[in-house]
Amino acid sequence: MEIEKISAITDALKGHGADYVEVRLEESYVSRILYRGQRVEEIGKTSSIGGNVRALVKGGWGFVSFNDITGLRDKVDLAIRQAKIVGNEDTKFSPVQPVTDTVITETKKDPIAMPLASKKQLLDEYNDIIMSTPKIQTSNIGYHDSRKKIIFANSEGACIEQNKIDLGLRLTAIAIADGEVQQLGLSLGSPGDFSAIEGLQQETKELAQRAVRLLSAPQARGGEYTVLLDPVLAGVFTHEAFGHLSEADHVYENPQLRDLMALGRKFGGKHLNIVDGAAVPGLRGSYKYDDEGVPASKTYLIQEGILESRLHSRETAAKMGEKITGNARAINYRYPPIVRMTNTYIEPMSASFEDMVSEIKEGIYVKDWYGGTTSMEMFTFSAAEAYMIRDGEIAEMLRPVTLSGNVFATLHNIDAIGNDLGMNQGGGCGKGGQSSLPVSNGSPHIRISKCLIGGGQ
Amino acid sequence: MEETLSRALKVAEQAEVFRVSSKSTPVHFEANRLKQVQTKESTSTSLRLVKGGKIGFAQANGFIESETLVSMALETCQFGTNAGFELPGHRAYPHVDILDTQTDKIAIDEMVDVGEKLIDSITKHTPDVLCQASVVKGIISVDIINSQGSQASYTKSFFELGLEGVVVKGDDMLFVGDSQSSCHPILDFKSLAEEIITQLELAKKNVPISTKLMPVIFTPLGVASTLITPIAAAFNGKIVLDGASPLKDKLGKPVFDKNLSLWDDAILSYQIASYPFDDEGMPGQRTSLIDCGVVSHFFYDLQTAALANTRSTGNGGRHGGLPTPSTTSLVIGKGNVPYRDMVRDIKEGLVIYMLMGAEQGNILNGDFSGNVLLGYKVEDGEITGRVKNTMVSGNVYQILNRLEAIGDDAKWIGGLLQTPYLYCPSLSVAAKAG
Repeated sequence: MEIEKISAITDALKGHGADYVEVRLEESYVSRILYRGQRVEEIGKTSSIGGNVRALVKGGWGFVSFNDITGLRDKVDLAIRQAKIVGNEDTKFSPVQPVTDTVITETKKDPIAMPLASKKQLLDEYNDIIMSTPKIQTSNIGYHDSRKKIIFANSEGACIEQNKIDLGLRLTAIAIADGEVQQLGLSLGSPGDFSAIEGLQQETKELAQRAVRLLSAPQARGGEYTVLLDPVLAGVFTHEAFGHLSEADHVYENPQLRDLMALGRKFGGKHLNIVDGAAVPGLRGSYKYDDEGVPASKTYLIQEGILESRLHSRETAAKMGEKITGNARAINYRYPPIVRMTNTYIEPMSASFEDMVSEIKEGIYVKDWYGGTTSMEMFTFSAAEAYMIRDGEIAEMLRPVTLSGNVFATLHNIDAIGNDLGMNQGGGCGKGGQSSLPVSNGSPHIRISKCLIGGGQ
Repeated sequence: MEETLSRALKVAEQAEVFRVSSKSTPVHFEANRLKQVQTKESTSTSLRLVKGGKIGFAQANGFIESETLVSMALETCQFGTNAGFELPGHRAYPHVDILDTQTDKIAIDEMVDVGEKLIDSITKHTPDVLCQASVVKGIISVDIINSQGSQASYTKSFFELGLEGVVVKGDDMLFVGDSQSSCHPILDFKSLAEEIITQLELAKKNVPISTKLMPVIFTPLGVASTLITPIAAAFNGKIVLDGASPLKDKLGKPVFDKNLSLWDDAILSYQIASYPFDDEGMPGQRTSLIDCGVVSHFFYDLQTAALANTRSTGNGGRHGGLPTPSTTSLVIGKGNVPYRDMVRDIKEGLVIYMLMGAEQGNILNGDFSGNVLLGYKVEDGEITGRVKNTMVSGNVYQILNRLEAIGDDAKWIGGLLQTPYLYCPSLSVAAKAG
């Protein structure tokens, strides 16, 4: 670790009148490559250096963020003064054994070490595949990689340096004919392994061809259907519909929601197990310590259909009297850590894809995603691809559909869970103005009865 | 900045240094109580240069040696896109009022007081509502210099007041909320409180709604959450240039309702999106996008305008990278029908405040489909209650092609859009049974 920075932080953390203070210093380097149609739109690099101080006094928080990392002592004082304006109760903050550690990310093919030219060569190839597909009007390609070093120290004696690498790629094909515009995208990511986005030539070609087929696809009739979700969309469903509800900061100061989300409540059938865990290795939401210096864990949110636990920061765990899970995360130094998901998924069961389809008389097979959002009980998420299912067979392609429902009813309506767990690394999560945070989510194929689909009459 | 520029010009034909510094003080309330006071300071410097006709770009948040910044930008240059533009030289900028020196002087205690009074007035109406609120003051300074001799700067103040409330009863949740922003301090919370209380009052009862085509009124919040994103994308010069905008060959043609007008206005007084010049030194202006139903202009930055063989409209905005066409304040022109007359006109219909997920669909095509997060049923000319488990689907172009009426009163949403109520004669509504 950098001795100079550490000693500056340690000095700044000495002798203060707060219940708790933490300092975070961060350095990052990001490369971006964007394409639109035939042309490279932008190649750019960003370097950042900055930090923050967070102070807790009598239950009230003060927070100071900055790019100028000198004068840390004054920044600590300001954060404490601000916390004092707020604080008027006893501080509740779950105890954690202070750790000293340095974490380096090991990666197979480090994107940071690669020359721009070889990254661009691969993207050129994907772009050419999309653009050479008949009836494709244009493409959008966005690639980024980032290296980040975070030094975290607090007034309890913790001092942790974490080095992280992240990369993401999104390919979008846009087809146009007779004034109709249709688009399809593919998102991938990795905690630092460039080979995760190599070898996608075939997928890219199929993506562009499907975008063209959408031009002549009919729209679904709105109403209730039995729907079969592929692992990508089911993962988004798990994240949006249930995951956000399990974040304790939504619940801990809301007595009605606490009742609604009481541990032990039945949420689904015995076959339903939902997990979140940064300790699950090798995924975009994986880490060793969260942004409060708490070791990562693997948490069963739902076990055999029963609400088992929820995701916590040190504050929410203390206020709810539950176990800390190490889920406090900040997208960067400009924000305080808040309760976030990491790698969230439905565990696989035994149903085969063929069996799940064959039992559907009329339904919709929905795949991949445009996005999703939730307002606690209500969720909506959009499938990028959809197909009618008739008499147990996948039938014609449909325009993209939006699924919506009430999470409590919908989790009970999951009537089959597949055996083919797939993790989606292409997404990012936004919450409280902090977007986009690297996460992963996943699921096997799942079947939901009585799901509301938006569409025509 | 000068040092970076002169270093860059040793190796490049054109260069521009853009710096933005800001300081903001957000005061956050959670669960009806003061929770956190923040101070956020940031500085970023970006360098755009053109070498061998190609664009290079690098940005530094916080300190960087100018030599390092120049070498980062140079590295990207060799793969960069061809520059079609010439950076603007010195020119006259419009005078735009965007700085109120009182804003930065508002004490944290005063901000806490406004937030507490706002929350009090909401909880007085509905005791079991839990409010998350924020009061933010801030100041932002922008400096730009380039190789063509342009050197300009401005300072802008901003203030934001916002509240989101949730009421949970059993498995039923109700979300309400609104926000206001200005370059002036907002210490009078009453109009915001009234708006949110109206939302709560109308939601006292849940009512069922049928699955069918029916008339729909979009409130200003409803317009913001449903209609504006696809429309803003379709007028974006870059999307037009790509050929991905449905409006690409519609310039000068009547595509929208003849009573509908929309413009982008960068020079409105004390609006937080206003500026005398954009993020590449082009003067801010008012640009008509829809003039009485006719597609009149698209909005551009320098590079896109050059590729499209037109002029920049002063809409070059930066979002962490190179400038790209970006809206400032979008304004939809007022009509002449009071909102209450629209409601009176409806036998069975829907009033939409917030649609969730509308922006997840095929935005380019104008198709949308979303869940009604906050909306009310109209029966025989009266609002009878709140609807739940209801989805609305449609196409933005179809809706804006034939409006039954445009409201005579307009409202600002988030400092980015000013819009009246829009009354759509027929839209597909799907309700979940039971």
